[in-house]
Amino acid sequence: MGRYRFLFRRPIEMIPVLIGISFISFVLLQLTPGDPARLMLGPRASAEAIAAIHDRYGLDQPIVVQYFYYLLNLVRGDLGQSLAFRAPVGAIILTKIGPTLYLLTYGLVLSVLMTLVLAIAAAKRQGRMIDQCIRLICVIGVGVPSYFIGLLLVLVFSLKLGWFPVSGYDRSFVTNLHHLFLPALTIGIAITPILTRNLRATLIQQMGSDVAIAGLSKGLSPATVFRTHVLRNSLLPTVSLFGVVASFLIGGTVIIENVFNIPGLGLLLVRGVLTRDYFIVQGVTLVLSLGIVLTNLFIDIAVVALDPRIRM
Amino acid sequence: MRVVAVFEWFRRAAPASLVVGLALTLVWVVAAALAPWISSYDPIAIDAANALQPPSALHLLGTDSIGRDLLSRILFGARVDLLMAVAGVVGPFIIGTTIGLAAGFYGRWLDTLLMRILDVTISFPYFVLVITIVAILGPGLKSYIISLTVVNWVTYARLVRSETLVLANADFVSAARVLGLSNGRIMLRHILPNAIVSASVFVMTDAVLTIVLGSSLGFLGLGVQPPTPEWGVMIAEGRTYLATAWWISMFPGIALCTLAFGLSLIADGLAQILDQDA
Repeated sequence: MGRYRFLFRRPIEMIPVLIGISFISFVLLQLTPGDPARLMLGPRASAEAIAAIHDRYGLDQPIVVQYFYYLLNLVRGDLGQSLAFRAPVGAIILTKIGPTLYLLTYGLVLSVLMTLVLAIAAAKRQGRMIDQCIRLICVIGVGVPSYFIGLLLVLVFSLKLGWFPVSGYDRSFVTNLHHLFLPALTIGIAITPILTRNLRATLIQQMGSDVAIAGLSKGLSPATVFRTHVLRNSLLPTVSLFGVVASFLIGGTVIIENVFNIPGLGLLLVRGVLTRDYFIVQGVTLVLSLGIVLTNLFIDIAVVALDPRIRM
Repeated sequence: MRVVAVFEWFRRAAPASLVVGLALTLVWVVAAALAPWISSYDPIAIDAANALQPPSALHLLGTDSIGRDLLSRILFGARVDLLMAVAGVVGPFIIGTTIGLAAGFYGRWLDTLLMRILDVTISFPYFVLVITIVAILGPGLKSYIISLTVVNWVTYARLVRSETLVLANADFVSAARVLGLSNGRIMLRHILPNAIVSASVFVMTDAVLTIVLGSSLGFLGLGVQPPTPEWGVMIAEGRTYLATAWWISMFPGIALCTLAFGLSLIADGLAQILDQDA
């Protein structure tokens, strides 16, 4: 258990980052034109209602005090009021997290599968035709916008072949496997090039490592060496890479939710921007950044769990 | 004489990806520069009688839902998307390089501050942060460029800082110090030219990301506003006609992919050259 002791230290190390995140999202709202109370209640609100909001969020206080009011409300789970929905932002966000998490996880699973196939195929035939093709696909893949991939998939698999629905989100877990296949595939395709490049390079490096050569010289079959030594040792750097990919992944989800009309945080965010629902924008930004911070924590745990040599 | 040497080097030593990438990019730069002369229609002129025409001799790439010629819109769109790539990269590059150089060279509180800013910005999902800033400034190209500058300088600062840290202790820098050169001169003449290399290669990758992201914003309605022909906006305009008039979305999408591909190849080629040198 000693190796996991860093988990007690980590929350303390996260404090500056959390303060930074909350400060930036606070400042963002300060920069928006107009009185926040009006943004919450609309232009026809009564003077008393405005005064009540001013009191609750400390809007008459100096800006530093306002920040502490903001932090206090955050801790209470109060993210403000949405003008368009006429409901608390926190409650709205809670209902939208499900679809986003589903889509993210689904996309991640698909991209891991694609990455494993492509990277192993390329690494095993390094420098050959198939390796060059996969490399080229990866270079092209980085520059193809995910929403365009999404539209292409819709055009072929929904409109022409009729295999999948064009858009939307279903109720049950199982039907969504079919319903969300195209959006998840789009997200998968968008991040696969980055992961594949990385895994391919690590695999090739590991194939020439002492461990692999020792295994081969002991008479183990190349397939066994690849599976038990090369692949296992190569997965670790790719897992660490997920930290970088996570931010990319969330950005992709925001766009893809809008392409496929999936009622998650991304759709909420973009609608929020278009309707100037600033508290929604602020709330979603905050939640998604917390998501990144938590993801990085999980990655640290996974890395320690996967490799007994690593100490944080 | 120099030109001949450069040409000779290209013929013998340049990686294929660099040559192809430069050629592709150059095609789009020329198309953008000559757009008013080579396009046969006004890119924003509405012609309802000729709406939703498939590609034909009259309209090579067809027309959109209000009869605008797609080829002309794509050519003028190249101006917008290329401008976006240049404007979105220059600011972060200059600001990030300056701050990274200073932080790596002087260290102390400046460096600590930079590292803390880095910690916070990388924990924000990049795209979400850009959208949020655009939300405050109001949708449009100018907002996008401003938000990129605010967010993206950090990447360049990180690259230049880490190079500067190593270089500041290099022998030739110590030699320059012993010779009594000023800090400013050492930074600008001795460290900067070496520290800026990886940041300069990243410029190409960054240009790809800038175009893809900017067109995504256009697609979502948060970037360049219609009727300006921007490729992401055009793809969005064709969404409702995907089943009946595929060309409205597909041709701008292909244009976007070829430009992005060209720039990615340049980045790939430059990286190869640097690997050989290293």
